[in-house]
Amino acid sequence: MDQAAFTLYVPGDSAACSVGADAVARQIAEMAQNRGIEVKLIRNGTRGMLWLEPLVEVQTKQGRVAYGPVTTDDIESLFDANFLHGKPHQLALGLTEDIPYFAQQQRLTFARCGITAPLCLDDYETHGGLVGLRKALAATPQQIVETVTQSGLRGRGGAGFPTGIKWKTALEQPAGQKYICANADEGDSGTFADRILMEGDPFCLLEGMVIAGRAVGASIGYIYIRSEYPDAVKTMRRAVSIWREAKLLGDNIDGSGQAFDIHVRMGAGAYICGEETSMLESLEGKRGQIKVKPPIPAIEGLFGQPTIINNVLSLASVPIILAKGADFYQDFGQGRSRGTQAFQLGGDIARGGLVETAFGITLRELVEDFGQGTRSGKAIRTVQAGGPLGAYVPVAGFDMEMDYEKMTEAGAMLGHGGLVVFSEGVNMAAQARFAMKFCEVESCGKCTPCRIGSVRGKETLDKIIAGENVEQNLELLDELCELLTKGSLCAMGGLTPMPVQSAIKHFPEDFGREAKG
Amino acid sequence: MLATRPEKQNRVRQICKEHNAKPSALIEILHQVQDETGFLPKDALVDIADALNISRADIYGVVTFYHDFRQAPLAGIDLKICRAEACQAVGSQNLAEHAKANNHPFTDAYCLGNCALGPAVMIDKKLYGRVDADRLDQLLKQKGE
Ligand SMILES: Cc1cc2nc3c(=O)[nH]c(=O)nc-3n(C[C@H](O)[C@H](O)[C@H](O)COP(=O)(O)O)c2cc1C
Ligand code: SF4
Ligand code: FES
Repeated sequence: MDQAAFTLYVPGDSAACSVGADAVARQIAEMAQNRGIEVKLIRNGTRGMLWLEPLVEVQTKQGRVAYGPVTTDDIESLFDANFLHGKPHQLALGLTEDIPYFAQQQRLTFARCGITAPLCLDDYETHGGLVGLRKALAATPQQIVETVTQSGLRGRGGAGFPTGIKWKTALEQPAGQKYICANADEGDSGTFADRILMEGDPFCLLEGMVIAGRAVGASIGYIYIRSEYPDAVKTMRRAVSIWREAKLLGDNIDGSGQAFDIHVRMGAGAYICGEETSMLESLEGKRGQIKVKPPIPAIEGLFGQPTIINNVLSLASVPIILAKGADFYQDFGQGRSRGTQAFQLGGDIARGGLVETAFGITLRELVEDFGQGTRSGKAIRTVQAGGPLGAYVPVAGFDMEMDYEKMTEAGAMLGHGGLVVFSEGVNMAAQARFAMKFCEVESCGKCTPCRIGSVRGKETLDKIIAGENVEQNLELLDELCELLTKGSLCAMGGLTPMPVQSAIKHFPEDFGREAKG
Repeated sequence: MLATRPEKQNRVRQICKEHNAKPSALIEILHQVQDETGFLPKDALVDIADALNISRADIYGVVTFYHDFRQAPLAGIDLKICRAEACQAVGSQNLAEHAKANNHPFTDAYCLGNCALGPAVMIDKKLYGRVDADRLDQLLKQKGE
């Protein structure tokens, strides 16, 4: 009976559902029933080709055939065209894996995302899950830390700190209660990779966390998810209970004697809680005020105990590193940026979505080859790279190679890998003003330059925009930026000047100055 | 809806108990109370402070720090409009102005994780993408019915 049934995939990812995937899935099920056809409909994660969502896939002997973007109006014609056999239709895209956007990626961290049923443990194992964990359970903590160090993995949350070195510090702390915290606050605008992973392959994050626990001697983990991601919260909670039931969490994981349990916590709408010390305060039930480092969390973190805080993608990259070895992973990338990075294309872009590829690809390749320019059809004016604290890069800078060091050299930063495209018509003075306003809204209030300086910066930009004493006010703004850069305790205040000053530098004409030569 | 003060108090105490009255669970507790009540009434905050054995000042400090928590009911449908950069690039400013002009109260969100399919909005915790003025009206009409 199973063989006769058709297998179909309609993403349950919240981005896909934001443009109608739920209704499409419902309608397909209904129409199949009306026509007396038995279908097995799987709600997978997204493949990351978000402009094609809702992307419906049909399992055929040749592989999965894709149709998209599908609306409820298309379903009758899809059935009529016999799409269940992968037949042609105006929305047919051929084999999913052959779509260039997908085929040209190097999917390591996201290897399973969009392919498996997110909460099916059998699927997870069939597609390479748990191999890394089983190797880790058979290895010593030192060996795990060594492998992660050798892989060259650096934190994907923004700062790019080597993950293995952080783990080593926590491992070296005396035995006792230690914690692993997955940072799923993903506050940077223009980023959504953590969300896609949590909704599409939640077990991968759990596996990374259990391995981290084994590596440093921690028995409790927290996943701190922003409240803007209610679906991810739900999926991760269900994933945790499935793993508890399967004895992949608990006091004797997979019969190894290793103990580890995970709790899912939800944030409450504060960007600053993505900063690690603020996140720890929040996990303790307090205001998310930044704390001075040292002590670093790996020595004194949650409830005063040694704590590893890693971004979702750092942790989710660990299973494949353990499974395939450090050499396999560090063969990807260039310089001191090893492995792959999940770039996220957003804003005014024709083909927005998730592109996981080795470090070293250029911004131009990402935006023009993958992204195919703007959605509006206008010319691109700038890309903001690395979130709200990242630089605005002009088109002249698009040959920048995307790795930690090269981007820093070019006066930009990788951050969490978000790339937001703006087309002609964007007013860069308004964007600079927004950066100051965002800092005002999200400042934790601890240091004066950030708390007061952001308000002053916003007011000064208002004057510049109104054409009042422009040169004088630009000078004042520059001084304010310097104060923010030097006098801020964390990167919220410290990096707010980045979007502001890059906008002024590359687009002086928007600030009442003469355009660059 | 729970009517009387003792009933409400019992419910708050029960929620705190479910979290073992641990101060570290404060944010979870506040979320739960707000979900059930629609906002965080003063009485509830006092009850939570008592149950967790923390000061009232502490709890107000937390409630005012986080953007999610509100001490008064919402004026209408729970509508969040993304005001962050990727949505700005595709016209979220117009969308927000449209909502204002049509008296749809909303709160600003700074990224809803739908940056490739902006402008993004969230209504009652459900995400929507490529939302222009017409689509927003339509969605709100569906919710209002
Ligand atoms: C204002 C601010 C916001 C941050 N937001 C996030 C975030 O949303 N997610 C994240 O993983 N890291 C964020 N970080 C970085 C964290 O402080 C920390 O470096 C990171 O979680 C460490 O994990 P990693 O080494 O795996 O990157 C933020 C930092 C700052 C200063
Ligand atoms: S820079 Fe801003 S956000 Fe960071 S600690 Fe200071 S006041 Fe808080
Ligand atoms: S910037 Fe609007 S959803 Fe991300």
